[in-house]
Amino acid sequence: MLSFIAKRLLSGVLLLVLVTTGTFFLAHLAIGDPTPGLLGNSATPAQQDALRAKIGFDRPLLVQFWDWISHAATGDFGSSWRNFQPVGDQLVLRVPVTLSVVVFATLLSAVIGVAVGILCGLRPGGVLDRVLKLASVVLFALPGFWVSLVLVTWFALDLRWFPAIGYVSPDQSVSGWLESITLPSVSLALGAIVMVAEQLRNGFLQVNNQDFVRTLRARGLSKRRVTAHVLRNASPAALTVLALMFVGLLGGAIVVEIVFNLPGIGSLTQSASQIGDIPVLLGLTAVTVVFVVLVNFLLDLVLGWVNPKVRER
Amino acid sequence: MTAVPFPAALAPVKRISLGRRYLRRPLGVVALALLLVVVAAAVLAPWLAPFDPNHVDFTLTHAEPGGGHLLGGDSAGRDILSRLLHGARTTLYGAVITCVSGLLLGVPAGVCAGYFGGVTDRLASWVSDALQSVPGMIVLLVVAAGTGQSFPVLMVALGVFLAPGYYRITRARALAVRKEPYIDAARVAGVTNPRILRTHMLRAVYAPIVVQTALTAGIAIGMQAGLQFLGIGSASTPSWGQMMNDGFQNMLTYPLILLWPSIALGITIAALAFIGSTLADLISIRAEQPSRRARARVRQELTAPAATELSNRLPSGEHEHSAEDCALRIDNLRVGYASPSGVKEVVRGVSLDAAPGEVLGIVGESGSGKTQTMFAVLDLLPSGGTAVADGIRVSGREVSGLSAAERAALLGRSIGYVPQEPLSNLDPCYTIERQLVEPLRHVHGLSKADARQRARDVLVRVGLTDPDRVLASYPHQISGGMAQRVLIAGAVAGRPSLLVADEPTTALDVTVQAEVLELLRELQQEYGMTLVIVTHNFGVVADICDRVVVMKDGRIVETGRVEQIFRHPADPYTAELISASLDDVAGRHELDQAWARESPAALDRSAAHVGGEDDAR
Repeated sequence: MLSFIAKRLLSGVLLLVLVTTGTFFLAHLAIGDPTPGLLGNSATPAQQDALRAKIGFDRPLLVQFWDWISHAATGDFGSSWRNFQPVGDQLVLRVPVTLSVVVFATLLSAVIGVAVGILCGLRPGGVLDRVLKLASVVLFALPGFWVSLVLVTWFALDLRWFPAIGYVSPDQSVSGWLESITLPSVSLALGAIVMVAEQLRNGFLQVNNQDFVRTLRARGLSKRRVTAHVLRNASPAALTVLALMFVGLLGGAIVVEIVFNLPGIGSLTQSASQIGDIPVLLGLTAVTVVFVVLVNFLLDLVLGWVNPKVRER
Repeated sequence: MTAVPFPAALAPVKRISLGRRYLRRPLGVVALALLLVVVAAAVLAPWLAPFDPNHVDFTLTHAEPGGGHLLGGDSAGRDILSRLLHGARTTLYGAVITCVSGLLLGVPAGVCAGYFGGVTDRLASWVSDALQSVPGMIVLLVVAAGTGQSFPVLMVALGVFLAPGYYRITRARALAVRKEPYIDAARVAGVTNPRILRTHMLRAVYAPIVVQTALTAGIAIGMQAGLQFLGIGSASTPSWGQMMNDGFQNMLTYPLILLWPSIALGITIAALAFIGSTLADLISIRAEQPSRRARARVRQELTAPAATELSNRLPSGEHEHSAEDCALRIDNLRVGYASPSGVKEVVRGVSLDAAPGEVLGIVGESGSGKTQTMFAVLDLLPSGGTAVADGIRVSGREVSGLSAAERAALLGRSIGYVPQEPLSNLDPCYTIERQLVEPLRHVHGLSKADARQRARDVLVRVGLTDPDRVLASYPHQISGGMAQRVLIAGAVAGRPSLLVADEPTTALDVTVQAEVLELLRELQQEYGMTLVIVTHNFGVVADICDRVVVMKDGRIVETGRVEQIFRHPADPYTAELISASLDDVAGRHELDQAWARESPAALDRSAAHVGGEDDAR
């Protein structure tokens, strides 16, 4: 079990290093000289030279890379090329907002998706199952920001149940915080809910046809107890989808945050990408990949607990 | 980034009829028609659009629909309809680039990984997993930051992130096909790898790829619009995402501007999704269940007094004992399944009985209905199966009219069940201990300690020498022979009066087969159980049974005592089965010798309760 954990952790760290390295060179390759973007086209060559020297862009690329990654390893992501504030400070301010929305959306998809999946698995071909099938087709493909625009016009503008825009920190008011993240989370979660439900429903039916389920029933176990066995066997696929959804939700959150005017990483990513603020982009990439790696690690632990065969891989 | 999970195994698909079958689905046809409308709008935009999409007319700013401008004007004073039509062009162009790049990356990688396996597979799978773990939106924004307005580059980058969807589905399919005999045949015949990949593999992955492309296109269009909504892309190229952003800025005052592009985007994506789902249905990706109506029809058909085929409607087989004395008595049992061509009857009027303490064999080739008969007794038919009988009596009690819950209450208490395939009949996620103890506690009401003790005792009784290790093991950690003993232990732990065993030795090695049969006989005598054993093998019957029922095509052809049937089979089919069994199966004597050669220790252990072993030693 220990070597299993160690292997997974190592794989996660490797992924983190590879992705940030890749993003570093991709960003430099794509952006080239960032100074026109940072200063605007009216800047004089002297101003541009001064900025290049200030941000260290005049050094060889590999030196810059080593400088960045050696500092990043200690948690120092450098300073923004635009306002020279530490990237870490901005991330600390903004990441919790995005995480609130994404974690809340993931919880919603887990709880509702699992409940709906079980109900449909128990009664395949029933009304709920047919509704799920239709919903999974439509909601899976529709982007979160499209759903969020529909939800905003409907619930926030017409019905006025929720605030249309803005974010309330939980320090100020917990109920206000919940109200401000409900609509964004729901718009993100709808697609994930149907995916998790559909996956669990299919897994449930597949496992239900396996021999050992008949044998368990033949020993006289109650329907509830047999269902617990089926669920445990069907859960790995649904969990994997849930973890993948988390990655998808992180990306979707960037656009949804803009619709709801939430001060998360969305608008930061957008503005940094428009002016070519590479340290901010790298910091954002590193932080999101860290969360993805953590979620995947948790997933591996849960999968190992659910299915003993996985542990011995 | 979202991924589309597919089950690894897909039903084989007939290529030619796929299109025709698709056109029979109304929802699919509507979706396809909508998509064709969008495609037509995109292709014909320059001729259809009434105005130049970028032409600014200040009087048209925020204009209501009307006056030659069917959908009104946007916040910059441009004709919305024209922009919508040209936006369809951008949207579809981008979707095509994304799908093609995803396809070109994912499909060859998937085919190679599935076909070659080994390092190729592990490397490609790691890359695919890693790609799925990258928050694609951020990397896309990084790409957009540099390439700025280069739309095709961005769409190629999006395709890279959607390639794992193609990779996973092709790899799974290629892996399944790789194991097909015809691929081996092609290799033996000297067909080269590249050629096998080109011809056989690509054909096998064709249908799932079409489904995947419909889904990928939908996702690509959604993400593309999201990027444009964020302000990525050239300002002079009209796009739906850009139009939605414009509408969003003016949402409170001029909601119509937001409405039109949202509808266009929603309809296009939904159409693609429904096309994908209809295709997926046709190649049966989603497990469908027979409807309640279909089950009712089966029941009706089975009970109908069909005058047409009178001979088939009469019960077959005979009863040996009086109804009250029977441990098991079946009267005119019929089992049917709903199939596209009507009701398929697999058991057609079976009557049999067994007295307490008797060992009854049900013999027949596969498809004869012997296992279905037994599942009907247990009330554990696979989904879609329906059983109808004039009577089923267990321990003298009529059970066929009981509710499903009352029937279930018999299981484990009155009836025990030993399955055929040992390893697939143990839950892979739980220890043996948990699986043996759970029914003892919750069905038989034992305390935790008592249940564990009983489980341990039974394991010792079925001949497992290290019960504590077995209890702590997971199913994949024990051998097939041990697993079958565990299953027998599980079946007899509740001390049932009737034990039903379905081919209990078929999946086992020859030497283990004899041991397991011997064990079943001992347990049957020790506990005074009635044993009903289902088998295709007359050797098993000769070894253990008192009486035998011979089944063919869902009916009983002959019933009688074992000696009598062996000496004077009344039905030619029985004689055929007997000679077939004797031809290919080693006799009892040879089995014992093989056994002694391979495991003298095992012989010592069981010699105490196995008679007639001396000559084997």
